[in-house]
Amino acid sequence: MNAPIVSLESPTQTPSAGQLLTTAKSGGCASSFCGLSSRAAKIDSATWEKIKDHPCFSEEAHHHFARMHVAVASACNIQCNYCNRKYDCTNESRPGVVSEKLTPEQALLKVIAVANEVPQLSVLGIAGPGDASYDWAKTRATFERVSREIPDIKLCISTNGLALPEHVDELAELNISHVTITINMVDPAVGQEIYPWIFYRHRRYTGMEASKILHERQMLGLEMLSERGILTKVNSVMIPGINDQHLIEVNKWVTERGAFLHNVMPLISDPTHGTRFGLNGQRGPNALELKALQDRLEGGVKLMRHCRQCRADAVGLLGTDRGQEFTLDQIPPDLGYNGGKRLAYREVVERIRDDQLVAQNQAMTTLASMSVRGSLRVAVATKGGGRINEHFGHAKEFQVYEASQTGITFVGHRKIEPYCRGGWGEEGTLDGIIAALKGIDIVLCARIGECPKKQLIEAGIRGIEVFGYEHIETAISALYASENGIDLSQAIA
Amino acid sequence: MSFKIIASQCTQCGACEFECPSGAIELRGDRYVIDPERCTECEGVYEAQQCASVCPVPKTCVPA
Repeated sequence: MNAPIVSLESPTQTPSAGQLLTTAKSGGCASSFCGLSSRAAKIDSATWEKIKDHPCFSEEAHHHFARMHVAVASACNIQCNYCNRKYDCTNESRPGVVSEKLTPEQALLKVIAVANEVPQLSVLGIAGPGDASYDWAKTRATFERVSREIPDIKLCISTNGLALPEHVDELAELNISHVTITINMVDPAVGQEIYPWIFYRHRRYTGMEASKILHERQMLGLEMLSERGILTKVNSVMIPGINDQHLIEVNKWVTERGAFLHNVMPLISDPTHGTRFGLNGQRGPNALELKALQDRLEGGVKLMRHCRQCRADAVGLLGTDRGQEFTLDQIPPDLGYNGGKRLAYREVVERIRDDQLVAQNQAMTTLASMSVRGSLRVAVATKGGGRINEHFGHAKEFQVYEASQTGITFVGHRKIEPYCRGGWGEEGTLDGIIAALKGIDIVLCARIGECPKKQLIEAGIRGIEVFGYEHIETAISALYASENGIDLSQAIA
Repeated sequence: MSFKIIASQCTQCGACEFECPSGAIELRGDRYVIDPERCTECEGVYEAQQCASVCPVPKTCVPA
């Protein structure tokens, strides 16, 4: 097995302690932004306790914590036009895809194996490959087994909502604290373009009738969860020409019904996937269209912008997938749980997060002190911990931040094929990376070679490595200052 | 009077197994099989055959 993505040692190693870091830390706690209070200002402390180690419910947490999905819920009760149930491939990364289905007993073994090796593991989710609340007996059996062995792991499910109302009380009883519902429409006329059929109360429904039932069950399920204080995330697949504008209405409905987060995700569509949409040429939105819609939705329920649309058997931090390290054939059948690594990580992560928070608050103060306009869009190569700690050539994705005088906001990510394979950069790959970085001004990474740097410049993008191992926000605020011709030491003093 | 599953097209999702009112479907090795002795085609219980109604792959759960 490979080394962990964030080793236990790394937090204690001082990252290239540049002047900026010193400056950031020297800000100390005098500012009103300091400590947990700034989080509490945005989210009440009870809610923060629920999400602070859930990578899918908190953008901040996704830098530090990992989730895993176990593929126990194979059966589904609806058909979606973006899903092909026969698909089974280890190289695809998208919802509904798995390489091996598990029984609840096998799932427990896999969770133990991952918990022993992945210190950041905090969440166990069941997200299919079918539907977790329809294939309920397996979902329930898995959670019961795992919570007996590893009581501190957070449990969650992802569901289409049709069978959800029947199990809300059991979800509460099993202490399942987070539920994701995929809601693509609140109007059956839109729904019938997405769902050819549903199976409900022993019969198959099609057309408007199917979508009407699905819609009613989704709304009921969402309301029931909100009443019980279970946090809900609504996933919506953005399908251009079908529900893209309609998602504004969906956002209103779910906001009114107490959803905690709304996650608008781009349709993934390709003829080779064999889905209805893939075969009939339905396209997905590009990164800029997605962001434009997300921006329009600001003001309602909080938006999730850090979703990686992972597989139903994903393992690790959101941007990575270590699932292939934990297939059943690699796990001894009598493996016992050893929480040592998770425990040790929990002890250091609080310190890392406090450092990061200080850096973030200092960055905010820095930006607020400037009287300049305009924004800067920055792509960051990171492997977790909130720092710029990945080489350009090794990055499988870039996290995108937008800096303006009002602050630094995480706005999404761009997936790419890594530039370096076997030690050599590949030309064709770089073209793909440049295309993926459309609209980006600057790429921040731990290291970047001269050749890709030069080609990025030709495309109008600057690749910068001087902030390597720095806190993301600290680097971006310094960059924003220097872009605007401000001497940071003067600005902060 | 029975239904059957075309194994080469089946995704092994198992929905038919727990929807079957007669307990006629089970996983044998890596394939789901309908026991023709127990299958009633849901007659007298449901309007439509449950296995065929829930099956996600067209023409995979069919009359034997």
